[in-house]
Amino acid sequence: MADLFIRGATLQGRTVDVLVEGGVVLDVLAHDPARCIEAAQVRDAAGLVLLPSLVDVHVHLREPGLEYKETIATGLTAAAHGGFGRICCMANTKPVNDAGAVTAFMLGQAKKSHPNGPWLHPIGALTMGLKGQDMAPLAELAEAGCVAFSNDGLPVLDSERFRRAMEYAADLGKMVIDHCEDPFLAPGTGVNESALTARMGLKGQPSVGEAAQVARDVLLAGYLKLPVHIAHVSCREAVELIAWAKAKGVDVTAETCPHYLCYTQDAVRGYNTLAKVSPPLRGEDDRLALIQAVNEGVIDFLATDHAPHAMHEKEHPFEEAPNGISWLDTALAKCWELVRAGVIGEERFVMAASTGPGERFGLGVNRFRPGDPADIVLFDPDAVWTVTPEALHSKGKNALCLGETLRGRVVAHYLAGVAVI
Amino acid sequence: MQHDTARSWRHKDLLDISQLSLEDVLLILDTADYFQEINTRPTKKVPTLKGRSVVLFFAEPSTRTKTSFDVAGKRLSADTFSLAKSGSSLQKGESLKDTALTLQAMRPDAIVIRHEQNGAAEFMANRLECSVINAGDGRHAHPTQALLDAYTLREHWGMMAGKTLCILGDIAHSRVARSNVILLNLMGVNVRLCGPRTLMPYGVETWPVTVYDRVEDAVAGVDAVMCLRLQLERQQAGLLPDLREYAARYCLTAGRLALANAHAQVLHPGPINRGLEIAADVADAPESCILDQVAAGVAVRMALLFLHLTRKG
Repeated sequence: MADLFIRGATLQGRTVDVLVEGGVVLDVLAHDPARCIEAAQVRDAAGLVLLPSLVDVHVHLREPGLEYKETIATGLTAAAHGGFGRICCMANTKPVNDAGAVTAFMLGQAKKSHPNGPWLHPIGALTMGLKGQDMAPLAELAEAGCVAFSNDGLPVLDSERFRRAMEYAADLGKMVIDHCEDPFLAPGTGVNESALTARMGLKGQPSVGEAAQVARDVLLAGYLKLPVHIAHVSCREAVELIAWAKAKGVDVTAETCPHYLCYTQDAVRGYNTLAKVSPPLRGEDDRLALIQAVNEGVIDFLATDHAPHAMHEKEHPFEEAPNGISWLDTALAKCWELVRAGVIGEERFVMAASTGPGERFGLGVNRFRPGDPADIVLFDPDAVWTVTPEALHSKGKNALCLGETLRGRVVAHYLAGVAVI
Repeated sequence: MQHDTARSWRHKDLLDISQLSLEDVLLILDTADYFQEINTRPTKKVPTLKGRSVVLFFAEPSTRTKTSFDVAGKRLSADTFSLAKSGSSLQKGESLKDTALTLQAMRPDAIVIRHEQNGAAEFMANRLECSVINAGDGRHAHPTQALLDAYTLREHWGMMAGKTLCILGDIAHSRVARSNVILLNLMGVNVRLCGPRTLMPYGVETWPVTVYDRVEDAVAGVDAVMCLRLQLERQQAGLLPDLREYAARYCLTAGRLALANAHAQVLHPGPINRGLEIAADVADAPESCILDQVAAGVAVRMALLFLHLTRKG
C-alpha cells in the first residue's frame, strides 16, 4: 500500500497521478480518473499545480540573538507555508555563525521545531565575525553542517583574503557565496542612485558598485578555476558580466530575488521603508534584464533573501530603517504572477527555484522521477488572498507586497511524503 | 479677505513645493504681502491665531528658520513651543514615531519640523492629525525657504516669468536648491545651476535647468544669483581638493557678478561663509537681498501658519 496518492494534479501542463512510498516518489502516471490505488492518504488535487518543494539558498533567520525578528521555528513555519522544503540561512546572527557550536545550535533548533522539515541548511561565515579579515574555521563549520560560506551583508573588500577563502573552501568541497558590492562606492543606503533618489535627497548606491565586485569575483573564479556563487544580482551590468564569464567557461552561478523581478526603484516613493533593501531595487531596464537572464539561464536561481525585521524597526525615517524584505510566505505567489503571465516559463521557474539550487548546493532534489525525495507542493493558482500581517507566518511582517492581493497559495506541502502543512 | 483665503487652502501639510500648484503659491505670496505690511507697523501683533498652539520641533541646529517661525507665530498671537533634539527624549533614543505620537497627544494645531533625515516631515505628517510644516528635511526639501526666496525676488522683479536665476554651489546636498528649482520653474523662471560635478546631483540632466561648470558662463546675463553655503565637511568627504581652490573657482566675486545683468539680485539662504562661496563685499553690496530674505521669511511663515491653521476642513 502506498503512503500517499495524489490524484489529478497539473505538472507542467500534464495532468498526473503521483504515488509516494517510503518518503520517495514511487511513480508519476498520466492521470486516469478510473485509477484506484490503495494508499494511506489520498489527495484529490484537481486544479492544483504540482511543484517540487522550493529550495531557497538565501534566507536570514535571526536566531540566535535576534529572535524578536524571527526564530528558526517561525522561519521554518513560514517556509513550509510558502512552499520551501529547504532553506539556507546566512551567518549574520548574534553571535555570528562562525563556530561549529553555533551551526550545531541552529540545526538543533530546526530539528526540535520541525522534525519533518522544512530542512535548515546553515551557511557559515566566511570570515570571523563577518569582519572581512580573519578566515572563519571553515572546516569546523563544514563538519558541523554548513553547506556553503558567505560574508553576506558585509562584502569582503580585500581581494587577497577573498581569494584565499575561495581556495580553502574548495578543499572542503564547499561553495563561496559573495554579496557583491564595493562598500565604498555602494554604502548600504538601500536605494538605487537615480534621478528619483537625487530628487528625494537620498544618497544612492550605483549599480556599478555591485558590478565592480561581480567583475572581481568572476575574474578570480576564472583565474583560480574554482566555483563561485553571486548572491542577489540586481542590475544589468552584473548580468552582462556573469554572461561573459559563463561564455568563458567560468564556474559561476548567480541568483536574483523576487523583488528585483517584480518591482523597481519607484517602490521607494514616499520614503517607503518596506522597499529598502541592499542591493537596492533598480530601474525598469535592470528588471527586464534580470527577467531575460533568468529565462536564458544566465541567472541560475531564484532566492528570496528573506530578511525579517520587526515592524517598529521599519517605522523610521528611510535612512534609519534597516534593509530587508520578508518573503518566505509570499515569494511563490508573487513570482507565480510572472509564470502566469508567461514572462518566465514554468519549467525554467522550477529549475531556478528548486532543482537548480538543490543540485548546486548538494541538497535533495525532486524531479518527479522514481526514487526522488517526495518533497511536493500542491499550489492553488487561483486562490486569492490579501497580504496582511496576520496572513504571514513569518515574524517579519515587512513584506514589500503588504496590502497587495495575490493570486495563488500553497494548499499542501509534503516533505519525504509527510505533510508539513 | 482672510476668510476667503483660508477657505481656499486645501492642504493639511506643507511637505514639499511639488505638492503646490501655481495658484497655491500665488495665494501664499499674496497672503504674505498682507502680513509684510503688519511687520512694518509699530505694533506688530494681531490676534488672528490666538489660542492656537504651534510646536517648533527642530531636531537639527537652526537659528534663523526657527526664530523666523517663532516670530511669525507670536505675531499672529499663537502659542509657540520649542522642542529641540538636545535635551529631549530623542536624545535618549526615542524613535521619531514615538515622538510623533507623544506630540499628537498634546493636541497642537501645527508642528514645524526640521530634521536631518530625508522624508522626516512626511513621516510625521502620516502619523499626525495636525498640520505639519517642513522646515527642512535632510537634503530633500525646504519649501518655506523657497517660498521666501520667491517672495523676495517677486518684490524686486515684479513679474517672475522670463527672468533667469543662477543657483551657485553645492547643489547635490542642498534642500534649498531642490525646492527652489521646482518653485522657480513653476513660476516661469529660467534656472541655471553651477558647481563642480562632484557637488551636482545624479541625474541633474533630467531637471528643468541648465547646468554650467564655469561661474563666468553661468552668471552671464542672469537677473539674480543665489549662492549656497558650502559645508566644510565636503572637503573631508573627498568631493573637493581644498576650500581655497573652491573659492578660487566658485566664489561669487564682484567681478563675476558684473557679468550678470545690471542690478542683478544676490541671494543666500545663510548662514554665509564670507570669502568662500560669496565675497564679503558682494554680501554687503546694494544688490544683496540677504536681509530682505530674512524679513520675507517672517511674512511668508506668518502666511503659512495662517493658511494651515484657519483652513476649513
